[in-house]
Amino acid sequence: MATYFDKKQVTRLLLQAVVTGGIIYTAYTLFLNTQANLAARNIASGFGFLSVEAGLPISNSLLPYTPSDSYGYAFLVGVINTLHVSFLGILAASAIGVLIGIARVSRNWLISNLAAVYVEILRNIPLLLLLFFAYGVVLAGLPHPRASLQPGWGAYLNNRGFYLPRPIFQDGFGWVAAMFGLTLVMAILLWRWAVGYHRRTGRYIPAGWLGCILIIGMPALTVWLTGTPLTWEKPVLRGFNFQGGMVLRPEFSALMIGLVLYTAAFIGENVRSGIQSVDAGQIDAARSFGVRPGIIMRRIVLPQALRVIVPATTNDYTSLVKNSSLAVAIGYPDMVSVGGTIIGQNDQAIEIIGMWMAVYLCINLIISTLMNWINARVQLTER
Amino acid sequence: MTACFSQTAQMPLIFQPRPALPPPKQSVGMIGWLRANLFSSWLDAGLTVMALFFLYRALPPLFSWAIWNAVWFGGPQSCAPGADGACWAFVADKFRVLMVGLYPASEIWRPLLGGVALIALALASALRIGSGKIRAALWVALPIPLYWLVNGGMGLSVVDQSLWGGLMLSIGLALAGIMCSLPIGILLALGRRSDIAVIKALCIGIIEPIRGVPLITILFMASVMLPLFLPVGLEINNLLRVQIGIILFSAAYMAEVVRGGLQAIPKGQYDAAKSIGLNYWKTTVLVVLPQALRHVIPSLIGRCIALFKDTSLVIIVGLLDFLGMVKASSQDPEWLGHDAEAYVFCALIYWVICFGMSRYGRSLERLRKKDGLDNA
Repeated sequence: MATYFDKKQVTRLLLQAVVTGGIIYTAYTLFLNTQANLAARNIASGFGFLSVEAGLPISNSLLPYTPSDSYGYAFLVGVINTLHVSFLGILAASAIGVLIGIARVSRNWLISNLAAVYVEILRNIPLLLLLFFAYGVVLAGLPHPRASLQPGWGAYLNNRGFYLPRPIFQDGFGWVAAMFGLTLVMAILLWRWAVGYHRRTGRYIPAGWLGCILIIGMPALTVWLTGTPLTWEKPVLRGFNFQGGMVLRPEFSALMIGLVLYTAAFIGENVRSGIQSVDAGQIDAARSFGVRPGIIMRRIVLPQALRVIVPATTNDYTSLVKNSSLAVAIGYPDMVSVGGTIIGQNDQAIEIIGMWMAVYLCINLIISTLMNWINARVQLTER
Repeated sequence: MTACFSQTAQMPLIFQPRPALPPPKQSVGMIGWLRANLFSSWLDAGLTVMALFFLYRALPPLFSWAIWNAVWFGGPQSCAPGADGACWAFVADKFRVLMVGLYPASEIWRPLLGGVALIALALASALRIGSGKIRAALWVALPIPLYWLVNGGMGLSVVDQSLWGGLMLSIGLALAGIMCSLPIGILLALGRRSDIAVIKALCIGIIEPIRGVPLITILFMASVMLPLFLPVGLEINNLLRVQIGIILFSAAYMAEVVRGGLQAIPKGQYDAAKSIGLNYWKTTVLVVLPQALRHVIPSLIGRCIALFKDTSLVIIVGLLDFLGMVKASSQDPEWLGHDAEAYVFCALIYWVICFGMSRYGRSLERLRKKDGLDNA
């Protein structure tokens, strides 16, 4: 018995040693190979290039950027663009996805089938195809600036982009913003107090409505008192293109359209399966007690549906962030696109790929931490 | 009064309910269906009207573009610029390139034969012809003769891999990706559950970073960084490098799917296997894996669909797969302005393949729920 035990232990130790040795040997060989290859191809290593002047143009940037800025700064612009697209994409895809999911379980035959057709089409074609179609056919097929489509409110839509009026904040606007923040905090406090009050006394206070009135009303009053500190700069056609205003470039719009429509189909499926996972008997029971439909949805269906929806949607959010790297295919300068250009110029692939990985891992970590926090709150608390 | 009594005396009065009235006309048949499914409330009616209006605005123009006013045959001249119909003649003209890329015309029978074999096997699987085990064995074995057929060698002339392209390349990348990544994924999943710390750490260290980054970075890595890792002088072609990247990427995801299946195996199964004296590998291969894989077949099919869609990204590292060929052909100066037709055709093919796979996965799930049998 003792010998058997020892033999097993020894085998395991030996196995560990062999595997460790193998890993070290492989890593060392790869390191030597890489050194030799880098030397043979005359490629520099290290992160020194980050402070070198980039000289690459970036068409869409949230930060002020010129080609004379450094590689490091150019990469940062790409990271900001990735974050920008991911953030807006997650918001929009969630909104549309929830609508699609609710439409899927609608009792209306036409609506639920239209939603099903949407989901089945979007889920079964590659996202890249969708991006090419949005960029190369839909947006490129828009009229040229002189024949722009005019959706109204001083906005113009043409093949150079989507031109919107730009808000210009004047002196008193700080007061409006401050008032908005203040009323937001007040509304949250009011709501928390009202929940507690309802628990203690059973009396109901319409805190949601009061809060909305506060949040909208007080800043509006401030706007009036300070004499409209917000004006709009409208885009104007000069020569061949528009000037002034804000512009959403076709690359950005196409990326957003593709990412949002594609991810919304997946989120819609999560919402549908979440709602359908709630036992129909519970809804019948609530109805037989005379609970109002809105309350049934909010207090009975949603809390249980969210337990299914949240974990699945976390995955879809992280894949949206990763999918935003397809920007490189339609020329939107996200992190991968900018990094790819840098690799093309100085061949320092290892450093750039390392930086990509670091940033993506950080973003994913942030998303999963946030979503785990939400998940912990929606999961069943057993007593 | 008396008559009534006498009648009761002769024939006892039994309570006879009247036959039920037919349901109100509004709740049965066509009208009933419409009321229940389209006009159950004012909101519902409004939504229905909006949806009908949308369909009215969308479908007739689509139909007239895609079918009624479309040009089906002919050269570039037959599609007038600015016509309101689709130019399917463009797709017909480019059909060979879209399917097999620049594969030499004289050898075209080879991918054609492979494609027919593949479609036949897919149909056999969909219609459940023959035994499940034989079909599974064929799916595993088929890629090797397919590779020989397309690549050449051993009696067939070798076709350079730079000439491969189109749908053939997409399917090839996906098939090879699935076939190679599944075993690697299984090993990674087993390694991740191993109680040997080094192996566990190694597997987590491979799986998690790969799952954390987009496929594009893996493809960049495979096409730019992999050559740096190889011994000086040893070069492998771009297609193989990209294929390695796809396999690694897919393996990490497969590993997580398989791990889900492994976690679903009750501990009693391990104990039972140990009690009849099976060692680790025998337990794994004979007891655990067959059950675990059966559990996750639907998710594995989901991964296959995702992988097939993902192969379209190889265009970014310079391979001309199906989507790449579509993009390249729509830039042909003779046929300018027909991108929409090409993309719609491409979407249709992708959709048929992916939707078919997802329906197959769902039917397997239903079968399993119904009788608990394995019908892969």
